[in-house]
Amino acid sequence: MSSSATSPARTARMFDAPVAKKAVMALSGLVLFGFVLVHMLGNLQVYLPPGPDGRYALDVYGETLHKSALVLWGARSFLLLTALAHIVSAIQLAQLKNAARPTAYVKQTAIVSTYASRTMYWSGPIVLAFLIYHLLHFTTGQAHPDFQHMHVHENVIKGFSVWYVSLFYIVAMSMLCMHLYHGVWSMFQSLGLAHPSYTPKLKLAAKAFAAIVAAGNISIPLSVLAGLVK
Amino acid sequence: MRLTLNIWRQKSPTDQGAMVRYSLDNVSEHMSFLEMLDVLNEQLITKGEEPVAFDHDCREGICGMCGFVINGVAHGPRRGTTVCQLHMRSFHDNEELFLEPWRAAAFPVVKDLVVNRSAFDRIIGAGGYVSVPTGSATDGNSILIPKAESDMAMSAAACIGCGACVAACPNASASLFTGAKISHLGLLPQGQPERHARALNMVAQAAVEGFGNCTNIGECEAVCPKGIQLENIARMNRDYLVGAITYREPQAEAGAG
Ligand code: HEM
Ligand code: FES
Repeated sequence: MSSSATSPARTARMFDAPVAKKAVMALSGLVLFGFVLVHMLGNLQVYLPPGPDGRYALDVYGETLHKSALVLWGARSFLLLTALAHIVSAIQLAQLKNAARPTAYVKQTAIVSTYASRTMYWSGPIVLAFLIYHLLHFTTGQAHPDFQHMHVHENVIKGFSVWYVSLFYIVAMSMLCMHLYHGVWSMFQSLGLAHPSYTPKLKLAAKAFAAIVAAGNISIPLSVLAGLVK
Repeated sequence: MRLTLNIWRQKSPTDQGAMVRYSLDNVSEHMSFLEMLDVLNEQLITKGEEPVAFDHDCREGICGMCGFVINGVAHGPRRGTTVCQLHMRSFHDNEELFLEPWRAAAFPVVKDLVVNRSAFDRIIGAGGYVSVPTGSATDGNSILIPKAESDMAMSAAACIGCGACVAACPNASASLFTGAKISHLGLLPQGQPERHARALNMVAQAAVEGFGNCTNIGECEAVCPKGIQLENIARMNRDYLVGAITYREPQAEAGAG
């Protein structure tokens, strides 16, 4: 039915085998997770009062990040390539998954797995759709009616004053939370790191980090809508 | 007990197949699930119908031959139990059950609830062995093995290759099976010479067979009648990645023999 006895020489070159693709997924996921965590912490500066010169902390932060075009575009290219690696392996793994079970069960019951783990192929693409909108909204401005370049604080307040924009952000961050709820633990397993004493703690930590990233970000549109930050 | 059974009937590998409904009376709660199917089959034979084909051999939960999906769960509702060791007392009167074969491209249906699992044999063939000297017998216990390691190897070796892990996996991945085989040999000193080649070749073979890829969901571990743990999949990934990164082409020209 199928060929057998692949020689090590061939398999070693097969860094595109599923296990290796999963490692790409895990490493790129780790970078993206690190980014969203730091990005969330950066966003929280929206709560800081304006400095003595009357400038918003977020605007000063934005300026700092834009100081060196080399660093800015270096970081942007790195993140873009990482995201591409993550997405390309996700597509390849999804194709494998679909081919591996051509006939669905009439009944299939999940007995222990989390909802988050079973919906990674949904939460991921939703986060991607959000990401594109988010860049057009706060980075390039095409999706923002009152966009002013480098007026980060004002852009955020005006952007989130529209309730359905805020709602979309909240939904998207809940999806990111689900993605990380499974992903932050899963990446260790994919890279071959598991141990009966650490893995349960790791799973807890992953859930906590997922919740922290989402809660930090979601608090911003909520605070704007409630008029707590202006 | 009285039961309504919806069973996947498929005459041959190429037949379309469909769920067929049967009702069965006077089921004793002491029967095993397979004995219940034996009773159904006797009635079908008496009526001149084709009996339901299902795999089984030892009926003691040790051979790995039996197995199908009951109400969406591989081997049915009792944890750590093969379907031959499942008893009707795990069900209630007037219950409606859905019986389906393992579903995976790599496990084509042969007939009704019977699937062809020779893909597992080919994964084993690709690396599930150790080399042994064929000269004089060595002393028993001459190689010391730490207790922790031998425990892990023994737990992994409990795998009976039934295929429930593949059946329960949303990706139809054979990672728990392959991970168990890679672990039970790779954890022991005797398994070291082929350790990384084994992981490379068995993982590659699983992909060739058309099994899906693990996304660490964990349903496999939950349905496994032998309690094989997810940690074995991490060990498989580790051995594979280390093997792939450190791989060298054979070099010595006069190294044979
Ligand atoms: C900020 C964005 C994202 C972050 C922080 C992130 C993070 C992660 C992490 C940490 C993993 C675990 C890797 C593993 O199990 O080895 C993962 C897996 C995955 N991600 Fe993402 N991801 C992001 C965006 C996306 C996008 C845009 C997609 C889809 C286009 C996607 C699809 C997937 C899929 C399908 C998996 C595999 C699920 C699994 O194997 O369990 N992710 N992600
Ligand atoms: S028939 Fe042997 S394990 Fe069930």
